[in-house]
Amino acid sequence: MELKKFIENFASQFDETEASVFNADTVFKSLDEWSSLMALSIMAMVDEEYNVSIKGNDIKNSKTMEDLYNVIKSKL
Amino acid sequence: MYNPFSLEGKTILVTGASSGIGRAAAIECSKMGATVVITGRNKERLDETYLQLHGEGHIQLVADLKEEESISYIIDNVPVLDGCVNNAGITVTLPTSFINKDALNNVLQVNTISPILLTQSLVKNKKIKNGGSIVFTCSTSGVYNAVVGNAIYSASKGAINGFMKNAALDLAAKNIRVNAVSPGMIHTNILESGIISEEQLKEDMKKYPLKRYGEPEEVAYAMIYLLSDASKWITGSNLLIDGGLTLL
Repeated sequence: MELKKFIENFASQFDETEASVFNADTVFKSLDEWSSLMALSIMAMVDEEYNVSIKGNDIKNSKTMEDLYNVIKSKL
Repeated sequence: MYNPFSLEGKTILVTGASSGIGRAAAIECSKMGATVVITGRNKERLDETYLQLHGEGHIQLVADLKEEESISYIIDNVPVLDGCVNNAGITVTLPTSFINKDALNNVLQVNTISPILLTQSLVKNKKIKNGGSIVFTCSTSGVYNAVVGNAIYSASKGAINGFMKNAALDLAAKNIRVNAVSPGMIHTNILESGIISEEQLKEDMKKYPLKRYGEPEEVAYAMIYLLSDASKWITGSNLLIDGGLTLL
């Protein structure tokens, strides 16, 4: 699992937000397009791509993209 | 004592009785005088329910409604019934664009196909008395409203609502009544998967006009009404139990 690919997978869930906005330091929950549906989509994407189940609290406790990436990596 | 809601002398099957709404339904039915037959997939948790039943003569059958053979096992082992609560259910949270066939099949098998086939088998094998009552655990979701990420569950319960109405018409000839209850969010372990964080749940509760989620017993009481002779002229109805949620 690599960070760059994770950021791409993450960004592809968004329709309005430019892919260039996403990087390791992005505080994703402050994006305009962030929503509860988006959170569910990220969980489903992580399950599909990495076969890892993350919980609502994992997202809640992650501030940046890299934080979430590290949570997923620790569950691989 | 005068009590048109009594279940005294009635034998009632409750599926999914090892937790949540099913457990409450089994316990409350037994308190109202019924002999209950409880089914669930987890023996230990089913035992916990069994130990809380009031009165004697109750039966427990370990059966996983994901497996269709469970239906013949139930049919072979139930006495003739006055009522059946088709309650066993599972859920999955997946946004529409992430739906996959396995998840869809799993939920539909337990929530829709098995309850329909169980009902069919009970009737065909004359395991429901003339004058009997069948109750489905439906949901607000898929019937009255929708919840983000809940499309598969909504589809399974919307289908049950349709089946319930049609079975009510077909089985009226046998004087068997068929109804459903549609709970809003209820405190059960179906919520404990962690997909939704506790804070989100607290936020969600505020949306309810009565400012809280329901308790399993509050659904069981409605089931008791539909199982009892008090509702003798009610068939094909779906009773909303949602703290006012769908008023908004």
